[in-house]
Amino acid sequence: MAVSKDKIRNFCIIAHIDHGKSTLADRLLEKTKSVALREMTAQLLDKMDLERERGITIKAHAVKLNYLAEDGEEYILNLIDTPGHVDFNYEVSRSLAACEGAVLIVDASQGVEAQTLANTYLALDHNLEIVPVINKIDLPSAEPDRVAAEVEEVIGLDCSEAPRVSAKTGINIEQVLESIVKNIPSPEANDNLPPRALIFDSVYDSYKGVIVYVRVKEGKIKPGDTMRMMATGAEFTIVETGYMRATVPEPCSELTAGEVGYITASIKTVGDARVGDTVTIVENPAKEPLPGYRKVNPMVFCGVYPADGADYENLRDALEKLQLNDAALTYEPETSGALGFGFRCGFLGLLHLEIIQERLEREYDLDLVTTIPSVIYKIYLNDGTMIEIDNPTHYPDPAHINYCEEPFTDAHIYSPAEYVGAIMDLCQERRGIFKNMDYITPDRVDIHYELPLNEIIYDFFDSLKSRTRGYASFDYEISDYRRSNLVKLDVLLNGDLIDALSFIIHNDKARSKSRKIAEKLKDNIPRQMFEIPIQVAIGGKVIARETVKAMRKDVLAKCYGGDITRKKKLLEKQKEGKKRMRHFGTVEVPQEAFMAVLKLDDND
Amino acid sequence: MTMINSNPIGLYLHIPFCNGKCPYCDFYSVAPQKGVTDSYVAALCKKIDEENRIYDTVYFGGGTPSLIGADNISLILSHVQTTENCEITLECNPSDTGGINSVFDFVKVAESGVNRISLGLQSAVDTERKALGRRGGCDDVERAIARARAAGITNISLDLMLGIPNQTKESLLESVEFCRKSGATHVSAYILKIEEGTFFHKKRDTLTLPDDDETGELYLEAARALEESGFIQYEISNFAKEGYESRHNLKYWRCEEYLGIGAAAHSFANGKRFYYERSIADFIAETPPIDDGAGGDEEEFIMLALRLTEGLNFARFESLFGKSVPDGIVEKAKFLRDHGLVTVDSEKISLTKQGFLLSNSVICSLLEIY
Repeated sequence: MAVSKDKIRNFCIIAHIDHGKSTLADRLLEKTKSVALREMTAQLLDKMDLERERGITIKAHAVKLNYLAEDGEEYILNLIDTPGHVDFNYEVSRSLAACEGAVLIVDASQGVEAQTLANTYLALDHNLEIVPVINKIDLPSAEPDRVAAEVEEVIGLDCSEAPRVSAKTGINIEQVLESIVKNIPSPEANDNLPPRALIFDSVYDSYKGVIVYVRVKEGKIKPGDTMRMMATGAEFTIVETGYMRATVPEPCSELTAGEVGYITASIKTVGDARVGDTVTIVENPAKEPLPGYRKVNPMVFCGVYPADGADYENLRDALEKLQLNDAALTYEPETSGALGFGFRCGFLGLLHLEIIQERLEREYDLDLVTTIPSVIYKIYLNDGTMIEIDNPTHYPDPAHINYCEEPFTDAHIYSPAEYVGAIMDLCQERRGIFKNMDYITPDRVDIHYELPLNEIIYDFFDSLKSRTRGYASFDYEISDYRRSNLVKLDVLLNGDLIDALSFIIHNDKARSKSRKIAEKLKDNIPRQMFEIPIQVAIGGKVIARETVKAMRKDVLAKCYGGDITRKKKLLEKQKEGKKRMRHFGTVEVPQEAFMAVLKLDDND
Repeated sequence: MTMINSNPIGLYLHIPFCNGKCPYCDFYSVAPQKGVTDSYVAALCKKIDEENRIYDTVYFGGGTPSLIGADNISLILSHVQTTENCEITLECNPSDTGGINSVFDFVKVAESGVNRISLGLQSAVDTERKALGRRGGCDDVERAIARARAAGITNISLDLMLGIPNQTKESLLESVEFCRKSGATHVSAYILKIEEGTFFHKKRDTLTLPDDDETGELYLEAARALEESGFIQYEISNFAKEGYESRHNLKYWRCEEYLGIGAAAHSFANGKRFYYERSIADFIAETPPIDDGAGGDEEEFIMLALRLTEGLNFARFESLFGKSVPDGIVEKAKFLRDHGLVTVDSEKISLTKQGFLLSNSVICSLLEIY
């Protein structure tokens, strides 16, 4: 039985990081009795351990709540949780596109912050009705009046009716639910048009295949129909439709316009149900897909190797499984002289890379070594051909290169005006080209730069945060390829080229970077039995060098009354330690040394 | 008795009593109490009788073995069956045995068989000795040596410590010179290691210790100066006049068997390693020793052999294990030879002095194949 459309509210929750998004979501589940109290674990919607730990939402999640409002009517509230990082901006935008409104949480002591603003603008772009909520009023430092005034002034939202709550203690949560019902419009929905449903997420399930999360915009979708993905053209027979509940899914006979739900159709990989694609029904096809689809392509590449070569097969299996659920992840086998057999993996950005790496290590218990990330470069050769490389190992002999191109981005940084200087310094250091600056309010700016992608994949976001005390937010889009004076840096340890440490960089930065790499390696490679020269070179020319001095003393002198076992244990311990090292020719390099080079940032 | 038991082995006797605790020491020791000492000695004798074996080396270690007195040592030795040329070593505290008023009876211990003593000199520089918490001065050491000699004990070993607070190359040479002049036959030169649970460990931030580089220099300097004085290095920390190597300690490094009796004593006998709990009460109560697994496998044999200048002997390895030393080890050794850490010839692999200084890494690297 379809409910009346005017009783449906589709909304998401947006907030600056740590302002209490997941906690409020949990409280809404609890208040609507969507989940029994005993089933509550902290932050139910963040399903992955990693999400709970890092306090960021990586995947979008959705849940259908039933709410009996003060007016005596029962409403259907569809809450769509959104990812919280610039790497996943596209996914956020698709989640927002599935809603009519957004609950904006602002911390009662911190007030408006960078992501408050950025997320609000993103929501406004999608014409969402915004319901402000002042959270954390239980804190001693809470100043709800001041913060409410700030929201009114900076964002221009009326906060006179804004609920003042504590998601932690549960105070005034009903007001949030009432505000959603009163202020967020019901969907405009026509069941009689040819069906169109927006995919805002898809999740692989080993029993049902891919579970496709959709917002039906028009028409009806039911089991037995043949669905078509309008962008990829893939077709499947629908097996089941239903609603997402907090703990178990609830199958239904059909999904109709305005509703949020899921579809299963024995789909094998999430690549066939891409976020942003439009589902229609072959028997009554829509003419045009919903706007806004784009195929998400990996932008950042790096080599991922098992620390123990014997784990290669396990790594492949793990990547295969992760890819089932992550259409943006790509991988193909590659071989490194230094690291052995591994995979070249493609990611949306550095956070995506870190998340995949952590999941491989934690959920699949793999020890990994990852190489320095790279973007895709276009190399034009003297013979007129062009090659694309995402792996410095494939960089051709400089004598054959006519010129190179690297990807540029259009980047917007939102920040309080006082940090403009710091931000511009950072962007200049990163070879940015200033475009313009807009004052959003008298003390908030939108700074527009063109930045090379390879300058932002390392630690740009972290540097930005630290230079603006966390107040700036950042968004970027790949714009075009531009001609650039690039060189390849090679690292040699004890005279042996370490292919896994090679990378491509702009010529102007090669020298200072080389020095930093050499220093970092020196600091992170433990002294060994003999001296180890570290060299960083362009072509055959060494431009930086350091030396790891030989270890001076490593001896266990005394024999404790014939206690040989104690010696043996020490030896075993030392051997264990060696196993965690990578052997490059004659040199042992701990994984941390790779990481240290990988994480080289402005502060080093 | 069985055949095995008729083979003489080594005997280590742990005497866990000390008048004071040196700040660097983590050996098991407690203050002596009259009744406890007697019960402990009785328990030692009983255990020795039970074992009923023949020994070709005996070593009284501690603690301070000299502290229980010549009568007790004589009593214990009356229970020990020895071979004719048995080496019997007694660790002695210089101030207890060489102090002006000390009455330690060297004649009695010599008569009961002791033919070697080991004295904890540590340093011939009195300020350094003080910093190590040693009571008494160098004159105590000199007197102890003279008294032992007078009693007929001429095989005398001195302990030196390297890398101790405020030690310099010059002060170290003074200590080596003391060893040379004293007429000692053997010197053990240990690098100070700050062990957890010691007073030094607690105070480690306030100690002016030579750093690793300096300590390395001190070690090489000590080895050079000792050899110049006629003490030839035969183990990482041990130097001896020709023919005066410690036969007991060589058993440890050559993977030969020895029985350890007493609290905290370790054994390697009948292919097994085991040890007694660090508890006098447990030992007196005849609590059985704790199993420490099998001993004497290839890896262990190599690890120990490489501590000796005689090194890993290919023929000996083959006769023990019925196969030749794995190629991987020889290959690795050749690589390390290029860095001056080991020597390899047709008979053996052995560590150089530089190699000894890095022996943990070198041995670990050679044993990587296991």
